[in-house]
Amino acid sequence: MFHWLEKRPFLFAVGVFVTIAFAGLIEILPDFAKASRPVIGTKPYSVLELAGRHVYIKNSCNACHSQLIRPFKAETDRYGHYSLSGEYAYDRPFLWGSKRTGPDLMRVGNYRTTDWHEHHMKNPASVVPGSIMPGYPWMFTNAADIDTAYAEMLTVKNVFNVPYNKPIPTKDGGTVTVKLPDTLDGAKAEALKEAKAVAADMKSKEVKDMVARGEIPEIVALIAYLNSLK
Amino acid sequence: MENRPLEYDYTVAKMFMFMAIVLGIVGMTIGVVLALELAFPGVNTILGSGVAEFTNFSRLRPLHTDAVAYGFTLSGIWATWYYVGQRVLKVSLKESSFLMAVAKLHFWLYVLVVAAVVVSLFAGITTSKEYAEFEWPIDIAVVVVWVLWGVSIFGLIGIRREKALYISVWYYIATFLGVAMLYLFNNMEVPTYFVSGGIGAWYHSVSMYAGTNDALVQWWFGHNAVAFVFTVPIIAMIYYFLPKESGQAVYSYKLSLLAFWGLMFVYLWAGGHHLLYSTVPDWMQTMGSIFSVILILPSWGSAINMLLTMKGEWQQVANSPLIKFMVLASTFYMFSTLEGPIQAIKSVNAIAHFTDWIVGHVHDGVLGWVAFMVIAALYHMAPRVFKREIYSKSLMNAQFWIQTLGVVLYFSSMWIAGITQGMMWRAHDEFGNLAYSFIDTVTVLHPYYTIRAVGGLLYLVGMFMWAYNMYKTATAGRAVEEAELKNASPMGA
Ligand code: HEM
Ligand code: HEM
Repeated sequence: MFHWLEKRPFLFAVGVFVTIAFAGLIEILPDFAKASRPVIGTKPYSVLELAGRHVYIKNSCNACHSQLIRPFKAETDRYGHYSLSGEYAYDRPFLWGSKRTGPDLMRVGNYRTTDWHEHHMKNPASVVPGSIMPGYPWMFTNAADIDTAYAEMLTVKNVFNVPYNKPIPTKDGGTVTVKLPDTLDGAKAEALKEAKAVAADMKSKEVKDMVARGEIPEIVALIAYLNSLK
Repeated sequence: MENRPLEYDYTVAKMFMFMAIVLGIVGMTIGVVLALELAFPGVNTILGSGVAEFTNFSRLRPLHTDAVAYGFTLSGIWATWYYVGQRVLKVSLKESSFLMAVAKLHFWLYVLVVAAVVVSLFAGITTSKEYAEFEWPIDIAVVVVWVLWGVSIFGLIGIRREKALYISVWYYIATFLGVAMLYLFNNMEVPTYFVSGGIGAWYHSVSMYAGTNDALVQWWFGHNAVAFVFTVPIIAMIYYFLPKESGQAVYSYKLSLLAFWGLMFVYLWAGGHHLLYSTVPDWMQTMGSIFSVILILPSWGSAINMLLTMKGEWQQVANSPLIKFMVLASTFYMFSTLEGPIQAIKSVNAIAHFTDWIVGHVHDGVLGWVAFMVIAALYHMAPRVFKREIYSKSLMNAQFWIQTLGVVLYFSSMWIAGITQGMMWRAHDEFGNLAYSFIDTVTVLHPYYTIRAVGGLLYLVGMFMWAYNMYKTATAGRAVEEAELKNASPMGA
């Protein structure tokens, strides 16, 4: 039978394809039917946070840092509650990583401050002696790309129905609303407002001046994102 | 019927051979830089802090993985396809100007994609997904390149003289189909520029899938990208080149059949082993784990089939460095396909995941198996495409030993590093507190990172020896007659 198949390339290819695709069908489809729903307290990213997430991706921070806390005592002791599927409901793409050269960052917003990040990102070894993480000083001068972040917000709202401008339940029983401004200028103003709040806790004069001029350096967006990881 | 042997056309095979050598050296040079950066962080700013944005570890790492996987390995795969394909199908590219044009277009478009990838990754334009970092414009170009290869495969098959498809062709077909399916599904993304009505970066996109689903699709892809780039086409190579070079028939046809269909069936199930203890449903994790263990069978099936092909001819291993490369390649294949399933056992993965042990596993596979096999295949092809004898046997021998030492240093140091780190992360003291702060688990790795960098450097030196030997073969090797090219490749001292 197989000899026969080997003389019929088309049928052979079909056979191979079906054999390969089989597992995919069974494994992928059922889970997609019940796509994970956000847990209480999970909200979409704001303009500045999303711009910061793009900075994280641009520099492949995920090459060294995971965002996935596994359900072991050693991990929950170190990083906090283990990860729940629904917490990732607005993560496009997911950023779990595959190598923990540095620590997990899933809940880094719970135990690090703006001030700490500022110094650490400029020169990691000055904050954590012995660290092998590279410094990222250029983030203090490169401008964050607010336009693209805004474009992505519009896209996920239109295509995937992400609940911007809608009340979202929080853990303490209240609600919050993440704003999606109507216009690009509105988004820029919103981002600048968030940026001012972050920059207020920072030391760098350079950064403060930039924000005062209405520009947003990458580091400010990144810190807004890191602070949102809880 | 005329009896003259076919004149095969190796133009495109040669172009891909050249790319494999160049991209191999580029990709592994970046690998060595990465290794040095982890051992000595000062290397991050080695070209000055002004350009550190482009030379630091995190920006370079995707360049390494893509350069070696999609640069070096794919070029090697295509170089062998444009050589093996004609020979086992008994048809020459010369016979079809259409297929020749497709093959050339395939090559040049691929070169363009490589250039685009290099520029975009240096600029930090990435989707962040491992082995699928390219943004949508490049994805589209990749699909075109892939389709061109498909046309080339099925076109050649369409005009073939040898009716039965040789085992290698099965594996090339499977590579083509497998990657096509996986790549398409994993790269489903929505370009934000168009949906938002022209705002922001035109090349930016957002994944079709979110969170856990995204992870599931990504590792269904990621694992099988490994399968269909680092395993399936490499098996295609060894099934052709080892019997050819040794003059031995494949040990067992039945075993090749079993191993082939077994591999096709089992591989796709195993993707879950990248997501153990994550938030994907438990049953998928369990399936991933179980099928990973089953995967030993078809993997070892091929490897043992190859080793037994050498039955009674073991003196060839001692005599020929080319055979050495291939025999060690299948040995490393057995090694990493035993190690992989062990790491896929849930309790082992709890320690191994996220550590350097995985990196060690990756590199005993890619350095010991993939790269050795590509190197061997291209060595075997060189005298046939250039009609000259391999320039230097002793240089090849030296390369073999240097690279073998390099691999051994690489994986042994990463084993120790990974297990040390995994154990330290989970250690508690007598009061139930964590015994080590995270940074303790980093600084302890310094010696192992240094050893790995040395191992990598040795391997890279071997790559240069290979490039030199190939260059000399093409330009200065003794010219040889067809009759000398039957089996064992002719080699100069
Ligand atoms: C029976 C065969 C194999 C099995 C069951 C297997 C299993 C595994 C497991 C469990 C992991 C670690 C997942 C994690 O915890 O992050 C892994 C990672 C990996 N393996 Fe294998 N492996 C096999 C063969 C191979 C071979 C032959 C190669 C290459 C030549 C290879 C290349 C890789 C790569 C590149 C990764 C890293 C993916 C990443 O984290 O980016 N594997 N494999
Ligand atoms: C001179 C040889 C090489 C050296 C020194 C080297 C070094 C490295 C380093 C330092 C990393 C990063 C590990 C980390 O994040 O901790 C890495 C990752 C990787 N390399 Fe290499 N590499 C070499 C050759 C290759 C080759 C030939 C291939 C494939 C054909 C390859 C495939 C990969 C892959 C797939 C990863 C990602 C592993 C993961 O995510 O777990 N490397 N390499």
